[in-house]
Amino acid sequence: MADRIAVSGLTKAFGPKHVLEGVDLRVAPGESLVIIGGSGSGKSVLLKIILGLIKPDAGSILLDGQELVGLKGRAQEAARARFGMLFQGGALFDSLPVWRNITFALTKGKLGEGKAMHALAVRVLAQVGLEARVADLKPAELSGGMQKRVALARAIAAKPEILFFDEPTTGLDPIRADTINALIREQVTALGATAITITHDMASARKIADRVAMLQDGKIIWEGPVSALDSSGNPYVDQFVHGRAEGPVATAITG
Amino acid sequence: MPAVDTLLKPLIALGAFALGMLAVVGRLAIFAVQAIRRAATPPWYPARLLEQMALIGWFSLPVVGLTALFTGAALAQQIYVGGQRFSAESTVPAVTVIAIVRELGPVLAGLMVAGRVSSAMAAELATMRVTEQLDAMVTLRTDPWRYLIAPRIIASSMMLPFLVLVANVIGVLGGYALATGRLGFNAAAYLSTTRRYLETEDIVSSLVKAAVFGFVLALAGCYHGFRSSGGAAGVGRATTDAVVSAFVLILLFNLIITILVFN
Repeated sequence: MADRIAVSGLTKAFGPKHVLEGVDLRVAPGESLVIIGGSGSGKSVLLKIILGLIKPDAGSILLDGQELVGLKGRAQEAARARFGMLFQGGALFDSLPVWRNITFALTKGKLGEGKAMHALAVRVLAQVGLEARVADLKPAELSGGMQKRVALARAIAAKPEILFFDEPTTGLDPIRADTINALIREQVTALGATAITITHDMASARKIADRVAMLQDGKIIWEGPVSALDSSGNPYVDQFVHGRAEGPVATAITG
Repeated sequence: MPAVDTLLKPLIALGAFALGMLAVVGRLAIFAVQAIRRAATPPWYPARLLEQMALIGWFSLPVVGLTALFTGAALAQQIYVGGQRFSAESTVPAVTVIAIVRELGPVLAGLMVAGRVSSAMAAELATMRVTEQLDAMVTLRTDPWRYLIAPRIIASSMMLPFLVLVANVIGVLGGYALATGRLGFNAAAYLSTTRRYLETEDIVSSLVKAAVFGFVLALAGCYHGFRSSGGAAGVGRATTDAVVSAFVLILLFNLIITILVFN
C-alpha cells in the first residue's frame, strides 16, 4: 500500500541547536505509529513541521504523494484540513465555551448554526466520556484531565483522516490515561484514521501503536512493530522501554 | 590598542542599537503589510470585530473622557495664568480649543487607549502563543491573522476617531467649565470664540491622527503578542514592549502628521 505520509531527510535547527538531523519516516493509511524518545528530542517539532507550523531547513514530506514542504495558500489549507491534532497542553481557546471549541474546525471560527453545532458537540463529548453539561462550560472551569478529553474531542470532531497526538496521556491518572488510549485506538480501528502519537508513556505506546519508532539525536534510530518493542536488540530502545537511568541515552546526554 | 577600544566601544554600541531599531521597524512594516492584506480579504469575522469595537471603543470611554476633562481644565488655567503676563487672558478659549483638537485630544486619547488596549492585546496573543492556541487554531482550519489580528486592527482604527471626537468635546468642555466657573469668563462669549477659532482642518487632522494612532497601537499590541516566545516571562516582555512601541509610534506619527498638515 502507498504511504499516507512519507517523510525523508527532514532537518531543522534552531540557531546552533540541531533538533532534527535527517528524519525518515513512513506511515501507511490506517496505521497507528507511536514515536517515542526522550524529552527535547524534537518529537513535537517533527509533528509541527508536518503540519506546516514550522518550516524545515531541508527534506521532503509527501502526503499521498503530494509534496507538503513549500506548499502555500489554498493548497496548504486543503492539505491541513485533512489533519487533526491534540496539543500537549490541550490548547483550548479559553475565551470560547467548550462546545464552540469542539466545533471550531467545522465552523472555521464563525458563529451561526448554533443549535446543530451544540448538538454535535454534545455527541462528540459523549464519545470522549464527558457529560452534556460540560459543553456550556469554559475551558478554565475544567480539570486538567477533562481539558485533555475536550481537546481530544476538538481534534476528532471534524473527522480528519490523519490524527496527531502530542503526549495524550501526560498528567492523567492511569485509569483516565487508559480511556484516552482506548479512544485513540478506536479512532484508528473503527474510523480508519491514520495516527501519529508522541509519548514517553510506554503503557500508552503499547496500547495505541501498530508500529513504534524511536527518535534520538535528531534521527529515527529504530522502528518496528509494537510486538518487537521488547526484543528490539537496540540498546537505546531497551533503555527507554525499561526506563533505566544507565545506558547509551544517559551517556549521550551527559557526554 | 586599549585606547582605540574605549573610543570604539560606544560607537559599536550605538551602531548595534541603530541596526536593532532598523530591524524592528522593518519587521513591524512587514507585519503591517501582512495584516492589512489579510484584513482586506475574506473570510471576515464580524462577531469578532464587534467584540473588539466594544472592548476598544466603549470600555475606553471613561478613561479617555476623564483624561480629556482634567487636561482641558488644567490647560485653560495655565493659558490664563501665562496669558496674564502680557494681558492676553482672553486667548483662553481659542488656544484651548486649538491645543485640544490639534494635539492633546488625539495624543492623550491615543496614549491612554494604548496603555489599556495594546498591553491587553499583547498579553492575550502572547498567552495564546505560549499555550499553543495559535498553532491549534491553524490546525482547526482558521487563520489567526484573520480571526485575531484583522478584527483588532480594524476595530482600533475605527474606534479611535470616535474616542478622539469625544475627547475633543470633553476637553473643550473642561476648559469651558474652569474658565466660566473659576476665571469669570462669560459662558456664551467663551463658546462663540471657541467656535470661531475651530476650523475644519483642525477636526480633520485630529481624526486622521486618531485613525493612524488606532492602527499603530493595535499593530504594536498584535506584533509583540504574536511574535512572543519564552513562557510567562515572554508574555511580560511582550506586554511591556507593546506599550513602549505603541507610545513611541503614536508620538512619532503625531509629529509627522502635524508637520505635514500644519506646515
